[in-house]
Amino acid sequence: MGRKILLENSDIPNIKSFDVFRAHGGYVSVEKALKTMAPDEIIEEVKKSGLRGRGGAAFPTGLKWTFLDRKSNKPRYLVCNGDESEPGTFKDRYLMEKLPHLLIEGMICSSFALGVNTAYIYIRGEFKYLLGILNQAINEAYKNGFLGKNILGTNFSLDMYVHPGAGAYICGEETALLESLEGKRGNPRIKPPFPAVVGLYDCPTVVNNVETLANVGYIVNFGGDAYASIGLGKSTGTKLISACGKINNPGVYEIELGMSVEDFIYKEEFCGGIKDNLELKAVVPGGSSVPIVPKKIILFTASGEKRLMTYESLAEGGFESGTMLGSGGFIVYDQNACIVRNTWNFSRFYHHESCGQCSPCREGTGWMEKILWRIEHGFGNMKDIDLLVSIADKIEGNTICPLGDAAAWPVASAIRHFREDFIFHVQYPEIIKNIKHGALYKYENQD
Amino acid sequence: MSGQKINHILHQKQNIPICFSETTLQKVHKIIAHYPEGKQKSALLPLLHIAQEELGGYLNADVMDYIADLLKIQSIEVYEVATFYSQYYLDPVGKYVIEVCRTGPCAICGGEDIQDYLEEKLQIKDGETTADGLFTLKTVECLGACGYAPVMQINTEFYEHLTPAKIDTILEDLRLNATNDKHLDTTWAEKYS
Repeated sequence: MGRKILLENSDIPNIKSFDVFRAHGGYVSVEKALKTMAPDEIIEEVKKSGLRGRGGAAFPTGLKWTFLDRKSNKPRYLVCNGDESEPGTFKDRYLMEKLPHLLIEGMICSSFALGVNTAYIYIRGEFKYLLGILNQAINEAYKNGFLGKNILGTNFSLDMYVHPGAGAYICGEETALLESLEGKRGNPRIKPPFPAVVGLYDCPTVVNNVETLANVGYIVNFGGDAYASIGLGKSTGTKLISACGKINNPGVYEIELGMSVEDFIYKEEFCGGIKDNLELKAVVPGGSSVPIVPKKIILFTASGEKRLMTYESLAEGGFESGTMLGSGGFIVYDQNACIVRNTWNFSRFYHHESCGQCSPCREGTGWMEKILWRIEHGFGNMKDIDLLVSIADKIEGNTICPLGDAAAWPVASAIRHFREDFIFHVQYPEIIKNIKHGALYKYENQD
Repeated sequence: MSGQKINHILHQKQNIPICFSETTLQKVHKIIAHYPEGKQKSALLPLLHIAQEELGGYLNADVMDYIADLLKIQSIEVYEVATFYSQYYLDPVGKYVIEVCRTGPCAICGGEDIQDYLEEKLQIKDGETTADGLFTLKTVECLGACGYAPVMQINTEFYEHLTPAKIDTILEDLRLNATNDKHLDTTWAEKYS
């Protein structure tokens, strides 16, 4: 336990620069891949590694790569998804800022494996500062012969560019991202066809998350089996967890998948426990979209076993008594947190970010926001609580892209696990109206 | 919603001739070359960032029509994009645009108090600009810096772990900067070196 793949060298001074990165074993995987491996061998190693999409959906990366339409004679594209906008998530920005060359190295190996000659890194527009960092790193890679024509004297050529977005959560959805890269509104496309067949400019395209691609160099260097030996069961490798909220040490941590949630929250080298020695009330472990769960559920499964930081363990019990690892955006709430206010806040976020194509999402997110505002501000009634459940249920699964589900799950789970908080808001509107910003909320002492 | 916004854009049309500087134009052509031939529309998002920054601080119809000409696309293709993304402003803004994150993780760490403090300090509400034209205050959704909450951006530069005292210093520095006419960060065009 405790092995690192991505951030091992992140503290070395000036590791951002090509020379320092190269001196610490950087770009070795590119030499190995281009000179000693066939593209299909790399895909095979990535499949063996068990690497899963680190953006949140956790789809097996190697399998995704095999979907790429290889019969088409159109150009193929690799697009790196650096649109990181899921509330609670700030790991990709950290990785790109600290180790831009690690991403570029992984993208060169991936492009070689996929037969791609043009790759784009899409970053969210708010990360303007990363545009300079990445462009500088790309320039260095060109100068040193790792990008451009005939890389390392082989037949393989690759161009790489950074493309900034302009403020839209929805562009993290891969087809919306492609629309945005084509200079359009970020409206998700209907799937199928999937991007692997009809992607950027209608050409076969692979879209992978920053962290996913950054792992490829390690897999090329040490093999899929070595990667799979890290982690636990089907949750292979490591995961960047961005921890925030009411904890002593917020920040980005690379953990080996399989450690216990309790250790992650309370150990000094990770979150370091709850701020001000308060009690833990709830956790959203994978970005705002995944179900919020109370202390007893995040620490233990329904069968009483310790909950682990793996895809499987966090999901155990389904939505009744489980949640998801998602993007690794780990948000911690202390005993004073107002779950109703937080749910209203997230609903406002999803309403704001809905692209408006699908009625259930466009209208439903707005209704949920309004109803939650009403309850949070002391104007709700008991029927509102069930109405929210009903709306969430009708959005889920009825939209083109997963934003609808992402908007529904936080509401449904908050009511499932914290219904008493909602009831309190309806029963004691006068108390609620006097609490500024929903802080300090001790309903258990009111009766 | 978009229809209203597009009407708003059309009403601002003044037919004032507009052009990037020679240096910026070189960058613009370099950016267009990042995309395959015939796919120059892909450069729209980066070009709108540059235009907003260098041609008046917001996107009016004249600026957008100029970008449409540059990319050989229809004006409406620019308008529909400008009205979709939250970083493009359709109305004049102050020299410094303060964007305060109000989403979940920031909110539970005092983001709402930061917004209150700024409103009181600058005597403006969300979306308004100070009388001296120096500051515009906006609330925005998640800026992807949750571990450093509460957070705001000023002209896309991050300011983290905010407290009232820290805000006082930041605003004071900006007032000094404003008289020196110094930029906070390098420009969008300069990011493409």
